[in-house]
Amino acid sequence: MMNAILQATLEFLKLYWVPLLCGVAIVAILPLIVGYIVLVERKLMADMQARLGPMRVGPHGLLQPIADALKLLIKEDIIPDNADRLVFWLAPVLSVGAALLALAGLAIGPAFQIAQDINIGILFVVGISALGIFGIVLGGWASNSHYSLMGALRSSAQLVSYETAAGMALVSALLFTGTLNIKSIVEAQNKEGIWFVMLAPVAFFTYLVASIAETNRAPFDLPEAESELVAGYMTEFSGFRWSLYFLAEYTNMIVVASVATTLFLGGWLRPFASVPWLNFLDFVPTLLMAGVGAYCIVRAPKQPTRVQQLFMLAVAGLCFVLGLVLLVPVLVLVAKPFYAGIHGGFWFIFKVSLYIYFFMWLRFTIPRYRFDQLMRLGWHFLIPLSIINVLLVGVALIAGAYFNLKGWGLLLVTTPAAVIALVVALLILNAEKERNARQNQTAASDFYAG
Amino acid sequence: MLDKVLFYFFAAIAVASAALMVTRRNVVHSAIFLITALLATAGIFLQLRAEFLFIVQIILYVGGIMVLFVFVIMLVNLDVALQQIQFARQKWVALLVALALAAQVGFMFWTSGKMAGQGLPVLTAVAANRLPANSETVAHSLFESYLLPFEIASVLLLVAMIGAVVMAKKRT
Repeated sequence: MMNAILQATLEFLKLYWVPLLCGVAIVAILPLIVGYIVLVERKLMADMQARLGPMRVGPHGLLQPIADALKLLIKEDIIPDNADRLVFWLAPVLSVGAALLALAGLAIGPAFQIAQDINIGILFVVGISALGIFGIVLGGWASNSHYSLMGALRSSAQLVSYETAAGMALVSALLFTGTLNIKSIVEAQNKEGIWFVMLAPVAFFTYLVASIAETNRAPFDLPEAESELVAGYMTEFSGFRWSLYFLAEYTNMIVVASVATTLFLGGWLRPFASVPWLNFLDFVPTLLMAGVGAYCIVRAPKQPTRVQQLFMLAVAGLCFVLGLVLLVPVLVLVAKPFYAGIHGGFWFIFKVSLYIYFFMWLRFTIPRYRFDQLMRLGWHFLIPLSIINVLLVGVALIAGAYFNLKGWGLLLVTTPAAVIALVVALLILNAEKERNARQNQTAASDFYAG
Repeated sequence: MLDKVLFYFFAAIAVASAALMVTRRNVVHSAIFLITALLATAGIFLQLRAEFLFIVQIILYVGGIMVLFVFVIMLVNLDVALQQIQFARQKWVALLVALALAAQVGFMFWTSGKMAGQGLPVLTAVAANRLPANSETVAHSLFESYLLPFEIASVLLLVAMIGAVVMAKKRT
């Protein structure tokens, strides 16, 4: 018996030692990345509110995430008296586990993918990341607090209502590829020479809204609405448990951004990857890195202390080195095989960052929705729109096959489909508005009834 | 060897958590064990190289139905449920039926072991990279071979859904 288990373990390790090592590396690096995403978010929020944001720890607060992580690690771990201890312990772990597991299916460039070439690719990522909801619901229940439970209930209701819309949006993009494999999806966009965001703009919009709702971000952050529910499902969690929830939330952001990038924004492809005379775009990554490095050098003398000046110069140096690494595969023939991997990784991370940046933008621009507004937006607007869009995209694809259209030619049939979907959206909105007006009227005439 | 160990691992988890699900007094704990049982079943699907069934099991049962279950459990007053008698009184009848079912399954396994070519069909083993992609196979059988039954089943589900909505709607 023991022998058999040992043998199986050895076999397992022999087959899967590379993905295992990659997984360990991701688990080790991800908290750092998430920390810096949080720093970017705080800086952006400060900028939009005409403040400076974190400035004390390191130059421009660059070491703030590390300080925050240390603080969270050494904080006291409080478990409420009447909490269900086991579930309380399990819930944050579930959330983080699901989010991290979903990362395994993603392809960061053609060379970097932990679970290589799984047939169900995109379904795996979407399905596993949806399991994180149990962490939220069980955590809210186990805290034995009303605020937590309210947050958990809101969260599960929100997730169930928006998952349909997100799924339908994914379906309309998948219709173009005919496969669920992540690499094949990106390859299909390369072959067509056009990203699916151009072919299915309505689906992209639907997925964008639904993905914000699924990650519980503002303006749909009702599960943790601090003005109503203290901190929602996280109210009773402190210290490291709380930071696990935080990690899960930001990892989920990365996951939905990666799914959107893979399906709609061409994955690791450079803009216009199949147009040869635009090959000079290969220098854009290097120029970008060099630009950031030069800005750091300009800013360095203005730092107040010597250490901070040196730190800024070190950041500049790092940027230049990265720029060089990105330049080598373009110029040196020997390094050509690494071109796809390195530049693919750059473009993928670049697009994911832009998507997350857009999330932050929305957060600081749009006020929070009311819960009934959120539900109405999901059930009355997004779900009908996405179902109609799937039908329209299907019709457009059949028409495209009939006229034998390829690549940019497909726009001839998909654009009318998108326009029709837009008209339907406006009709739905109009009907909603009229219904609201009627309700308000009856409410007004019923003013003294209660 | 790895396959065998994985199968027994997932099967043990599934059986154990199914037993725990029935015996726990706390409803939320029962729900958690039901989730584990469903996940372990998904693991067995994956071990059988049916990756599409694996993810459908997770998305539909764990990610969809169980979320609704837990949602409803949290709306119900748990303290009242704890004081009620947990098991129905027909436990002897239930035991009898369970035993009969077990005997039936056991008999099938026993006969299939005895007679070659009868009872349970035994498929020839194929290397994992030779298998057809599971999602495509499922799609072909659903939308080509069994299109009409599939459509009838979906209409049935639609009727059930509309019926539920009509029943839940306030009469004005």
